[in-house]
Amino acid sequence: MTPEVLTLSNSPLLFTIAMLVKILVAFAVTMLIVAYATWCERKIIGGMQTRMGPTMTGPKGLLQPIADGLKLFFKEDIIPSEAYKTAFILAPMMILAPALISVAVIPFGNDITVTWDGVSYIVPLQITDLNIGILYILAMAGLGVYGIVLAGLASNSKYSLLGGIRSSAQMISYELAAGLSIIAVFMLSETLSMRGIVEAQQGALWGSISFLPNWYIFTQPLAFGLFVVGSMAEVNRTPFDLPEAETELVSGFCTEYSSMKYALFFMAEYANMITVSAIGATLFLGGWGGPFLGWMNFLIKVFAFMFFFIWIRATFPRLRYDQLMALGWKVMLPLALANIVVTGVAVLLWQ
Amino acid sequence: MAFNTETMTINMGPQHPSTHGVLQLILELDGEVVQKATPHIGFLHRGTEKLSEHRTYHQVIPLTDRLDYLAPMSNNLGYVLAVEKLLGITDQIPERAKVIRVMMAELTRLKSHLVWLACHALDIGAMTVFLYCFRERENIMDFYEKISGARMTSNYFRVGGLSADLPEGIEAEIRAFAESMHGHVETYEGLLTGNKIWQKRTQGVGIISKEAAIDIGLTGASLRASGVDWDLRRDNPYSGYEDYDFVVPVREECDTWARYHVRLEEMRQSARLVLQALDKLQGLQGAPILADCPQICLPPKQDVVNTIEGLIHHFKIITEGFKPEPGEIYQGVEAPKGELGYYLVSDGSPRPLRMKIRPPSFVNLQALPQMVEGKMLADVVAVIGTLDIVLGEIDR
Repeated sequence: MTPEVLTLSNSPLLFTIAMLVKILVAFAVTMLIVAYATWCERKIIGGMQTRMGPTMTGPKGLLQPIADGLKLFFKEDIIPSEAYKTAFILAPMMILAPALISVAVIPFGNDITVTWDGVSYIVPLQITDLNIGILYILAMAGLGVYGIVLAGLASNSKYSLLGGIRSSAQMISYELAAGLSIIAVFMLSETLSMRGIVEAQQGALWGSISFLPNWYIFTQPLAFGLFVVGSMAEVNRTPFDLPEAETELVSGFCTEYSSMKYALFFMAEYANMITVSAIGATLFLGGWGGPFLGWMNFLIKVFAFMFFFIWIRATFPRLRYDQLMALGWKVMLPLALANIVVTGVAVLLWQ
Repeated sequence: MAFNTETMTINMGPQHPSTHGVLQLILELDGEVVQKATPHIGFLHRGTEKLSEHRTYHQVIPLTDRLDYLAPMSNNLGYVLAVEKLLGITDQIPERAKVIRVMMAELTRLKSHLVWLACHALDIGAMTVFLYCFRERENIMDFYEKISGARMTSNYFRVGGLSADLPEGIEAEIRAFAESMHGHVETYEGLLTGNKIWQKRTQGVGIISKEAAIDIGLTGASLRASGVDWDLRRDNPYSGYEDYDFVVPVREECDTWARYHVRLEEMRQSARLVLQALDKLQGLQGAPILADCPQICLPPKQDVVNTIEGLIHHFKIITEGFKPEPGEIYQGVEAPKGELGYYLVSDGSPRPLRMKIRPPSFVNLQALPQMVEGKMLADVVAVIGTLDIVLGEIDR
């Protein structure tokens, strides 16, 4: 009898176990990266700004994220008496949840084979391979706005309101540009599944240039640029950190929050950063492809993206609201549309 | 369809991260556009002018440290020059004291401008420049500490000269710092000037025309960035500034960008002036630092502890002070933030009858409403930063 290789769906029990393990691992790793992204950010920016960063808690300040978490956890949870309670409590969760859910469709490695009871099963390293993966991610990114707007509204504070208004305008306009830049990618890959897109990026560039991989960053450099700028705006990082512009709006939409709810906003910011980095790595940098093990390549790319975001934060000043909108609607949107047209024509001629 | 809209009034400050202390701004906003801005001041009022009426002339010097707390020695300088003018001993100040005063005043200008650039950049969102500037400022703080004993409240100048001579070896340290300053300014420029976002945030923001600037009485870098070529150090020199070679930068754009460039150039010129002062000091080693006016200046410390005459002399000046002739004078100096003026009235007693301070920030702040009205909320913090105000001297 030749060894059989089956998909997991042939064994409901194994399927459930594998699913639970994958979800747990993905969640745990994401949360770990969230915690240590704050530490890395402080150390990296510290180094760029001739400071030390955290040093006191644990060796090299490694326990700082845990100390921060504990401190925020034990702080008094203040809900302003004039706030709309339900929305006020819901808002931080509404920001964090979509950020984490998006991780579900991101493939983080090659398929692995598990032998059970004499039968080999293929386990894809991805929580679920939706055939509309990209649309799902765009939808989840859209949901994230609600949390911020609700937080701004429910706090019943003018600074929070301004922060909420800024972020809704900003995220809607930049989602358009980022979303349109992604369209050019799946015009080339001819699939919406994240796994399919990664597989389309394996091999040599255009099948001929052997020293470069066939990543879409080379075929779609403009789309990549638009995606990076757009995603920076979507996760509210410098130079697009207007919703929480400290020097203008005190803390923007999270001015009135304290304790764990405040911590949730921070976790959401970093979780969002991880998500967009993972999307960027999947769509433009060939996902798990590369010289090392699949998940290693993937993590390296994600970290490279995050380092870039942190680096930008140490370098750039903040845009003004009207300049931000002008950049989004008058520069990025037309460029994204033009990119789609050019890609369309190129694909047509190629065929 | 007509919507029923109304403006939103927000209270910016006194507890707000970018109002540079305790400035309160009542802003009327239409969306993000500022319709009306009303500054409220007085949260840091300590009654400096009134307090000085109950102190001898020497005892007022520590009060002046606390006016513009980012530039204490410039405040000291203005005050001691005013008292010396009142006493008529301006021409008796020893050369070494004058040169050290100029050197310290220019280091103070650097220190103040570094804080301005740091906070201005931070307000606009550039975090790194903030820390670079504070790194250099820390050097100046160290010089302050070694020379006067205090990092902020220096209280170093005296009527008639200085409280103490420079400590050994400090000249070489200051020279090394002043020589490195040019490179540091290049670093700040490298991070900001060429940056498209920085240009967009500063060009055309906070415009104040030449005429309006003169009407309000704007002084300092804000005036020079509006195209008025006026600097007291050159046009009405004091403490020997006429012997130094420096350029007064002037720009015509009238905006935040111009003020940024004027101040950066002033930092370079200040470093030059410090080096020139150090050159002069080399020829003045061991020269006196206090005027030969026994009625006014304290005797040397070794006389006080070793001789009875010295002790009595010291006791008389400390307890009684000195008595200027009745009269009134005004002395203005070019402080880092603009023209800092002291108006002193004497009735022949050892205490000033009246001291009026003309703080540059107080006058410059008046330009704020017309600079921000009709602009975006984010421009307000940019304009507060570019005006370089310090609430310590606004509220006094």
